[in-house]
Amino acid sequence: MSVRLPFKYDRRFTAPLFITGILLGGHISFGILEGYEKTLLAIAAAIVVEVVLSKLVRGTWPHLASAYISGISVGILIRTPYFWPFALCSALTITSKYTLRFRERHLWNPSNFGICAMLFLAPDAVAHLSIQWGNNLWAMLVIWILGSIIIWRIKRFHICATYVVGFFLFAWLRTMFTGDSFLAEIAPITGPMYQLFVFFMITDPKTTVRSKVGQSLVAFGIAFVEMVLRMGEVVHAPFYALFILGPLALLIEMGMEARKKSANPESTDAPVPATPG
Amino acid sequence: MRPSLPVRVFLWVLLLGLLAVPFVMRQQSAAPTAESEATAVERYGFYLQEVSAEAGIQFTHEAPLLDPKLEHIMPQVASMGAAVSVVDFDRDGWQDIYVTNSRHGTANALYRNLGDGTFEDVAAQVGLADVNQESTGVSMGAVWGDYDNDGFEDLFLYKWGRSELFHNDAGQGFTRVTEGTGLPAWANINAGIWFDYDSDGFLDLFFGGYYSEELNLWDLEDTRMMPESFEYAQNGGRKYLLRGHGDGTFEDQTALLGPETHRWMMAAAAVDLRGTGYPDLFVANDYGVDELLLNQGGDGFVAAGEDAGIGFTPKSGMNVAFGDILNQGQPAIYVSNITESGILMQGNNLWVPQPSAEGTLRYQNLASAMGVEQGGWSYGAQFGDLNNDGALDLFLTNGYVSADRKASYWYDFSKVAGGNSSIIGDARHWPAMEGRSLSGYQQKKVWLNDGVGRFQEVAQAVGVTHTTDGRSVAFADLWNRGVLDVIVAHQRGPLMVYKNQAAETASWITFDLEGQGSNRSAIGATIELHWNGKQQVQTVHGGSGFCAQNQRRLHFGLGPNAQVEKAVVRWPSGVVQEIPAPEAGRHHAIKESTGASA
Repeated sequence: MSVRLPFKYDRRFTAPLFITGILLGGHISFGILEGYEKTLLAIAAAIVVEVVLSKLVRGTWPHLASAYISGISVGILIRTPYFWPFALCSALTITSKYTLRFRERHLWNPSNFGICAMLFLAPDAVAHLSIQWGNNLWAMLVIWILGSIIIWRIKRFHICATYVVGFFLFAWLRTMFTGDSFLAEIAPITGPMYQLFVFFMITDPKTTVRSKVGQSLVAFGIAFVEMVLRMGEVVHAPFYALFILGPLALLIEMGMEARKKSANPESTDAPVPATPG
Repeated sequence: MRPSLPVRVFLWVLLLGLLAVPFVMRQQSAAPTAESEATAVERYGFYLQEVSAEAGIQFTHEAPLLDPKLEHIMPQVASMGAAVSVVDFDRDGWQDIYVTNSRHGTANALYRNLGDGTFEDVAAQVGLADVNQESTGVSMGAVWGDYDNDGFEDLFLYKWGRSELFHNDAGQGFTRVTEGTGLPAWANINAGIWFDYDSDGFLDLFFGGYYSEELNLWDLEDTRMMPESFEYAQNGGRKYLLRGHGDGTFEDQTALLGPETHRWMMAAAAVDLRGTGYPDLFVANDYGVDELLLNQGGDGFVAAGEDAGIGFTPKSGMNVAFGDILNQGQPAIYVSNITESGILMQGNNLWVPQPSAEGTLRYQNLASAMGVEQGGWSYGAQFGDLNNDGALDLFLTNGYVSADRKASYWYDFSKVAGGNSSIIGDARHWPAMEGRSLSGYQQKKVWLNDGVGRFQEVAQAVGVTHTTDGRSVAFADLWNRGVLDVIVAHQRGPLMVYKNQAAETASWITFDLEGQGSNRSAIGATIELHWNGKQQVQTVHGGSGFCAQNQRRLHFGLGPNAQVEKAVVRWPSGVVQEIPAPEAGRHHAIKESTGASA
């Protein structure tokens, strides 16, 4: 039996609602934020820049789900005692979406671009979320299960699953080289940063390739590049792996599509799913 | 739709401009670099010269060597024990220095101030050297207080192992009086203070453990001894409250602290934050939130950290120092944490009291706004007026493990620290350090207070350039010149003494307090000094900072042309004593009045 809502639910709000739930749950339970001000600043900056650039570039008012999710991701994933990095990271995130484009598609996952830029350019002021929210195994499992269900419903679970399988596989492989225990190698994925990375960053519809097989291949590739970076003791390995492989995969896909199109001018592209990115 | 060329140009300019912001911000926050002594004195009013060799102090701390099961991460699990406390143990008017060592068979040192600029280690002579033995564990810190009110400061030595109490025999020697005091037979104590929580005139002890008291760190059953979480660990040591009877016996009153917590205690200090006449407790915990325990008239304590705004966001608390930084009569609280560029940005906390309803406390962390947030892997810090300008400055020491300069352990550390409790809590899962550094070779910070809410970092400019792993910081006027010198104990490193070469244009005044109805050490007594239309409050502490104790003597910088109106002494007994117009530029010894009104 289906429940009829008194209003038309927009599926683009699912991801923002979920991430907001994680944030509120984490803060109320464990005080993950020093205060709401910095997160609100990140969200506000993302929304303001999105509105201004959308009107300037497209002449339209934007749907704000995407900017909201970018802002809140920045608010959670960036750790800094200052206020300015939150505003700057959000502004970079949104601006990159409008600037770094090729054939009408933006190349980098916006939040990933903003966070990588901050980690690379302002390491003296910024770190990424790297610590555990509490030590409760059940809380972690609830987020993973709930996140999986939601991602399943928007048909992107295969991306997360492939990445996680890849991560575990490569973690096992790393133990051969590092001599560290398997548990030490999989420790990072038990933390909250990975929950956000897996559910929200690598699944972004606008910056993932279109075919299901391609998406899985890219997710596995990200896990592989991450392993290579981890072998070089790069602390921000997952973010940098996505930063490197994400645009590369899109460019390859666009090249293949262009070749296909020139070979068969009658064919049309598959539509991009209408979930926020 | 492809945007027009001007719009595209605008977008690129905007993006590049945003990418340039971090460079601009970095330029604005650059600290002054090394300067000559004369220039530093002229510009900042003081210069700190490291003089330990000239003063005859040659002490190098040795870290504990724990159970071989921990060998692969020994530098991080045995990362504490270098502590310094200041005392005039023989009452000759010159401040002496006690410093701890932490490996079995090593000796602690008591540097007696000879009054001629040099010091002599008399620890072995007086019975305070050979205290780090396999059967009793090793030293982590020491605090001085006259528990029997005989006029001579006694010593509480806290250890990973058997903590000890030594009675001071009229400055001639010390007698171990641990038996019968109620001190735990074995616990991994990392912080302790003297205070008089019930204001009965006899000093009490508050101390707490870092590692669980169930662990013998030299003989572990297994490797599950690490924190179960990097920010929410509850598997550390317990706390203890022992009420002193004044005759060398103590009564266990730990239950008065409220519900038992097992946070990883790193530092504690006590001060009367609400003007109740009873000292409140502030505790800094590693791997968790800090705690504020409000004294209920000597009958017990109530946890008020969350209500006061300080006990919600967990960090890695390692230091508690109080200072009336805005000369408003209310102390701010400085708690050090961890900041590692690009990896872990906790930032240090400066809890500044905010206006609130009477009887309630509310604090706001203004470390960022006031410029004292970014330390490093921070440990000990103290407030004191280093340039005698009338505003309390801040000295902070940093650095965790300095080993191979080119190899960092941070990747492996962050890998495991973010993991689930079953991973982080077991030393077996921590990758081997293999000689790598972890936040090593970090600079100390010296922040000058401008008196109106901003601190300027001047460490390099005023001669504090050493990058050894600092732990404990204490302030004392070692040469009786009316300036604060700085003593820093370093883990696996030397004890350093920074002699303060302060400009003579600024004046000062100092007070030695001696209780009569109150405890004789006057711990908990405050002086409210009024001069040139300003006022500042300072308290005598029985331990503060990280494993440290400053001189009991209270030192006030006054700036130029000082006219002191009065000094108001509030004793723990409730007696309030006013000293009209005490002369600036000299030392004052004040005995508690027995006739003044409460």
